[in-house]
Amino acid sequence: MLSIKNLHANIDGKEILKGINLEVKEGEVHAIMGPNGSGKSTLASVLAGRDLFTVTEGKVTYLGHDLLELSPEERASEGIFLGFQYPIEIPGVSMVNFMKTALNEQRKHKGLEPLSSSDFLKHMREKKELVELDTNLTNRSVNEGFSGGEKKKNEIFQMAMLEPKLAILDETDSGLDIDALRIVANGVNKLKTPKNASIVITHYQRLLDYIIPDYVHVLYDGKIIKSGGKELAFELEEKGYDWLKKGVAV
Amino acid sequence: MSSEIINIENKTKFLDLYKENINLIRNGSPDYINKIREKAILVFEKLGIPDKKNENYKYTDLKKEFENGFKTYLSPKNIKFDIKDIFSCDVPDLNTKVILLLNGWYYDRENPLQELPGGVIIGSFQKAMEIYPELVKKHFAKYADIEKDGLVALNTAFVKDGIFLYVPKGVVVEKPIQIINVLMDEEEGFTSHRNLYILEENSQASVVVCDHTLSATNFLTNSVAEFYIGPNAQFDYSRIQNEHNGSKQVSHLFFHQERDSRVTDSTISLHGGLIRNNVSAHLNGEGCENNTYGLYLTDKGQHIDNFVFIDHAKPNCVSSQLFKGVLDDFATGAFNGRILVRKDAQKTQAYQANNNILLTDDVDIKTRPQLEIYADDVKCSHGATVGQLDENALFYLRARGIPKKEAKLLLMYAFAFEVIQKIKVPALKERITDLVEKRLRGELSRCNSCQMHCCNP
Ligand SMILES: Nc1ncnc2c1ncn2[C@@H]1O[C@H](COP(=O)(O)OP(=O)(O)O)[C@@H](O)[C@H]1O
Ligand SMILES: [Mg+2]
Repeated sequence: MLSIKNLHANIDGKEILKGINLEVKEGEVHAIMGPNGSGKSTLASVLAGRDLFTVTEGKVTYLGHDLLELSPEERASEGIFLGFQYPIEIPGVSMVNFMKTALNEQRKHKGLEPLSSSDFLKHMREKKELVELDTNLTNRSVNEGFSGGEKKKNEIFQMAMLEPKLAILDETDSGLDIDALRIVANGVNKLKTPKNASIVITHYQRLLDYIIPDYVHVLYDGKIIKSGGKELAFELEEKGYDWLKKGVAV
Repeated sequence: MSSEIINIENKTKFLDLYKENINLIRNGSPDYINKIREKAILVFEKLGIPDKKNENYKYTDLKKEFENGFKTYLSPKNIKFDIKDIFSCDVPDLNTKVILLLNGWYYDRENPLQELPGGVIIGSFQKAMEIYPELVKKHFAKYADIEKDGLVALNTAFVKDGIFLYVPKGVVVEKPIQIINVLMDEEEGFTSHRNLYILEENSQASVVVCDHTLSATNFLTNSVAEFYIGPNAQFDYSRIQNEHNGSKQVSHLFFHQERDSRVTDSTISLHGGLIRNNVSAHLNGEGCENNTYGLYLTDKGQHIDNFVFIDHAKPNCVSSQLFKGVLDDFATGAFNGRILVRKDAQKTQAYQANNNILLTDDVDIKTRPQLEIYADDVKCSHGATVGQLDENALFYLRARGIPKKEAKLLLMYAFAFEVIQKIKVPALKERITDLVEKRLRGELSRCNSCQMHCCNP
């Protein structure tokens, strides 16, 4: 589904991704862990098409497309979803209008008719229940005045609404208490099908108690320095990252 | 109706115009008006038309506009048109009858004044000077200070017609009154209407004004409106400015507020070659509230200049200014917000914000707060921003599949919404929402349903 080969990216001439290789297949869950500042969010942003970062080398193929050729909106319509580490507040744009526009633009991209208002509202009601999102939140402006936890839940709600093929969740678990964490993980698990895949970026092994990954990767200084099964997460929880860093010449 | 067309160019031309046509100008005006007129022309002779050396006009070059050689007429010109045929700017659910000014003259010459329930009077200012001299005398030229601005003096010297509204004590006019200023002629015209609004104690009214050009010719307008808002009265005044690029206008609004009165003045500038809006509010009693709002969407070399002056003369008043603008494609603009808190005006709260989005780097906006505070117990704040659309927000929307163009529109609309939200008349708010959306999409040519497309060359 997704194949990243030797990906290098920089910002203002500073290299941040230094040769990433990653293969994600349908039905798989990949966890990416690693210390702060190692480039996890940068990787997620580059995959979603943020032009702040310049790709200098490497290739990304997604469902047969050269992903790097596509605009962010085309990537979204082709099924890529980024759950933001820091969701953006947009005063004056209502959640309803935002989701309706997004959903219908994606449908247009696929050659489908826009959803009727009643179908849209029905769809929204179902997904809101799935992530136990407070009804009032969808009447407000996008993320405006949402608590940290509400913002994260709102990301999962949007994911549920848009039903992506490849979800990249950037620290969706951080700042969540255990109940919220369970709801978020539950949302992700319910949306899992044999056809889609997710990349879950996290700091904490605790999320992986709820979302069981097939693979765990450690990103450090712009490179994946170790990959393994879910047991790698436990090892990291216990030993930290230092034992891995030692093997890397910085 | 006779029509008098005269070429005018600059200050001297205006003075000659006045001298040569003194009889025509004085004719039909009561003596008390003509006396003020004479004083005003002397002041105009002294002040002239403000140029960029004038501190208050430094960002708007009017000299150029006034030298352009427009024509004016000193009595109404007979232009026949059926409002319904060419244009329906009417906002549904507003007051029964649309009040029309054509080139600054009250259009319905057969019925110049109407009485609405409760003794409310609306109609031609020219007629009101004659029929209600006591009312007019008490308020006319009392709030619009001719000594401070040559253009106000000019308007006063040539005063003829405009809108007159009188709301007696305790009367509430429930439905908004809609006024349309139409400019239409085959010749380049200079117009200068004069308006007087009197709201007595405890009365309430709201007025919606649309400024429109209906012919492709160039126009220059210099209008003055005075508002007396009596004790505990409430007045909402909303303007939609939608004129073509060949149209230039300077408007002067003077609000005089007595104790506990409330005024909300919103100006939505959708289109116009050059727009200079002067708004001044004198808070002359305790407990006044004044809200002065503006939204401007300016592009294609257009120029917008909002100049606000809030005079806190008495304690315990609250004023808020909110002006927001989107500038694109060689547009230029200015915002000047002056707040004066006089020595006695303790417990004043005065707020001001001006936010601008620049869509291209060929545009220019000057924003200038001016706070003069002579009282010690006051709360004042001001803030100005000039920036681009929020890149993070733009990416967030695009990352959900919303195309760049659409995402930009959503953000611009969201930016404008803060001002639109303040409009109290629901039908008008909807209408403005629609107009602003169309304007931002570039689909607006005049009012929606107008058949003429003079602003698209
Ligand atoms: N907008 C930016 N401008 C400059 N440097 C940035 C920007 N975003 C990220 N970086 C730098 O890139 C590196 C990786 O950051 P990031 O991808 O956010 O790491 P992580 O998500 O793993 O904590 C850090 O050194 C950070 O300072
Ligand atoms: Mg990060």
